[in-house]
Amino acid sequence: MPMPEPGMEAVWRRLHTPKQWLVLGALAFVAIVVVPLLNKAVPPSSPLYLSDFYLILIGKYLTFAILALGMDLLWGYTGILSLGQGVFFALGGYCMGMYLMIHIGLEGQYKNPLPDFMVFLNWSKLPWYWPPFRSFPFAVVSAIAIPALFATMFGFLAFRSRIRGVYFSIITQALTYALMLLFFLNELGVGGNNGLTDYKTIGGFRLNEMSTMRGLYVLSGLVLLGAYVLCRWITRSRLGRVLEAIRDGENRVRFSGYSPVGFKLFVFVVAAAISGIAGALYVPQVGIINPSRLEPAESIEVAIWVAVGGRGTLHGAILGALVVNALKSWLTTRYPGTWLYVLGSVFVGVVMLLPDGLVSIPRRLRDLWMRWKPKRDQLPPAVVLSVEEKEQRA
Amino acid sequence: MIQPVDVAKLNPHESIIQLEGVTVSFDGFKALNNLTFFVEVGELRVVIGPNGAGKTTLIDVISGKVKPTDGRVIFGHDVDLDQLRDYQISNLGIGRKFQTPTVFEKHTVRENLELSLKGDRGVWATLFSRMGAPEREKIDACLERIGLKDRAASKAALLSHGQKQWLEIGMLMMQDPKLLLLDEPVAGMSDEETAKTGDLIRSIAKDRSVMVVEHDMEFVRGLNAKVSVLHEGRLLCEGSMDKVQNDPRVIEVYLGRDSAKGHA
Repeated sequence: MPMPEPGMEAVWRRLHTPKQWLVLGALAFVAIVVVPLLNKAVPPSSPLYLSDFYLILIGKYLTFAILALGMDLLWGYTGILSLGQGVFFALGGYCMGMYLMIHIGLEGQYKNPLPDFMVFLNWSKLPWYWPPFRSFPFAVVSAIAIPALFATMFGFLAFRSRIRGVYFSIITQALTYALMLLFFLNELGVGGNNGLTDYKTIGGFRLNEMSTMRGLYVLSGLVLLGAYVLCRWITRSRLGRVLEAIRDGENRVRFSGYSPVGFKLFVFVVAAAISGIAGALYVPQVGIINPSRLEPAESIEVAIWVAVGGRGTLHGAILGALVVNALKSWLTTRYPGTWLYVLGSVFVGVVMLLPDGLVSIPRRLRDLWMRWKPKRDQLPPAVVLSVEEKEQRA
Repeated sequence: MIQPVDVAKLNPHESIIQLEGVTVSFDGFKALNNLTFFVEVGELRVVIGPNGAGKTTLIDVISGKVKPTDGRVIFGHDVDLDQLRDYQISNLGIGRKFQTPTVFEKHTVRENLELSLKGDRGVWATLFSRMGAPEREKIDACLERIGLKDRAASKAALLSHGQKQWLEIGMLMMQDPKLLLLDEPVAGMSDEETAKTGDLIRSIAKDRSVMVVEHDMEFVRGLNAKVSVLHEGRLLCEGSMDKVQNDPRVIEVYLGRDSAKGHA
C-alpha cells in the first residue's frame, strides 16, 4: 500500500492518473487553443476553416457545459434532481447583462446614457441597484455571489424541511416559473420581456469584433476547465463520498453521524455559483438575456444533457451538453419543428437503452467483446460422461 | 456542541442507557407502553419477544429514529436524548445496525469503513480531510476483524447478505461507539455465518455495551447474556436464558408458536 505523499502531487494524483491528465490536457488544448486558431489563422477557403458563426456557437455550448457540471454535481453525485438550474444561470446572466447595458452609453437608439428600455419607460435615472454594475469586477463577483446567496436561502429552507426527491424537483420548477413571471415585470427594472440586449462593448473591447469573441470563447474554455477540476476535486474528496452516500442511502448517512442538510446545501450552492459564472459568460457571446432563460423547459433540458452524457461522471455532463446542443442547433435549422420530438425520443432512448449515458458506450462495447471473445477462442472441451460416470459423480 | 459521553467516568453497574416510562404511540397503538428499561455499562443484553412486542421500536427510540410520546431516554449519567437528532445521537456514541443490511452499495468496502471513521463530520472537515497512516491501520484492523480483508476493494453491492451484515457492524465499530444497537444481526444468515457473527458480537462486547434484538433462540442462547423479554410494549421479565425460558408468563406469551416449544 503506497503511503500518502504530502503536498500538491498527492492531490493531483487523487484527481486523475497521469495518463488521464494527459488526455484531459490534450482535449483542453484542442478546445481552448486549436479551435480558435481554426477561426483566426486558417484562411476561409480552407476546409479546416471554422466560421465566426460556429466559433460563437461552440462558445455558447461551452457555457452550457459549465451549467451541466453543476447539475451533475447535484443530480449525478448527490441525487438531488433540481429542475431549476436555469434560475442561477439567468441570475448570473442578468448581472453581466446589467454591466453590458450600462456600458452601451450614448450608443443606444435614444443617444441617452440611460439604457434604451428605461428611456422608453420614461424613467429619468437609473434605479439604485444599477450604478454598482458599472464596475466589471462588481458584475463578475455578483454573477457568482447572487446565485450563491439565493441558493443558500432557498436550499436552507428546502433541505432543512427535508424536501426530497420529486417534491424538490417540482418546487424548483415552480421557482424558475415564478422568477420568470417576476422578470417579465417592467417595474423590476431589467428590461421586462425584452430583457437586456444590444450590447456594444465589454471591458473596452467591442463585441462586434471577432477578436473579442475569440477572447470570450477562450475564457469560457478556461472556466469550463477550472470548473471541471473544481468539481473533480470535490467529488474525489471524502465529502464527495458523503455526497454519493446521501444519494444511495440517506438513512445510513444520518445514523453514521452526518447531517445531510449541510452537505446538500454545500453542493447546491457550489452548483449555483458555477451556473452563475456560466450565465455571465453566455450573455456577452449570445448578446441577449431575457426571461425566456427562466422558462421551466430550459431547466429540464439541463437534466436531459446530463442524463444523455452520463450521470455522476462529470465528463459525461460536458459531453451531453455539447452533443445535445449541437443536435439542437443542427435540427432547428435543418428540420424546424422536429426538435422537441427528437429531444424527447433521445431522452427516453437513453434512459431505456443506455442508462449510464453516452460515456458508458466504450465500456459496454468492451463487455460485449469480452463475452464474445472467450466463446470464439477457447470453447471448453466437450465432456461426455457415460451413465456410470454420471452415477459415480452423483 | 455535543460532547461524547465519557464512559470511563461511569462505574460498572451504572446504566449506559435508561428508559424511564417511555411510551411510543402510533395513532393510538402503543408500540412501547410505559416501558422502563436499562442496560448497564459494558453489558451485553439480548432483547427478545414475539412479533409486535416493540423490539425494533425500542432501538428506534434510542437511536432517535422515533421520538417518545411520553417518558425520557437518558444516555450515560444525564444526557437526555429527547432533544437530539438522529445524527447527533450517533455522534454521541450510539451506533445502530438496521434489520436489513444498510451499507453504501456503490462504495467499496474500504470506502464504507472510511466514511464511518470517527472524526469531524462537518462539511469543510470532510472536504479537506486526508487519510493518514493511523486511519489506514484502523481500517485494516477492522477489515481483519470482520473477515473482509480480501474484499476491501469490492463494491459493497457485490457482497453476500452475511458479508453486508458484517460490513455494517464494521462500520459501526469504526465510530467507536459506547453503545451498539443490533437489530436482528443474524437474520437470513447460514449456520456457519451465524456462528461467526456470534463470535464477532462477543468480542465486540468486551469493550462496550451492546444490545441485540434477535429472533433466533439458538443464537441467543449462544450469546450467554442477560435476556429481556418484551411483550406488547412492556417488559415481561428479565434474567438468564434458562430463567426466562421457564418463566410461565413467557411460555404463555409464546404458546402456540412453534418457535416457543421448538427452540425456546
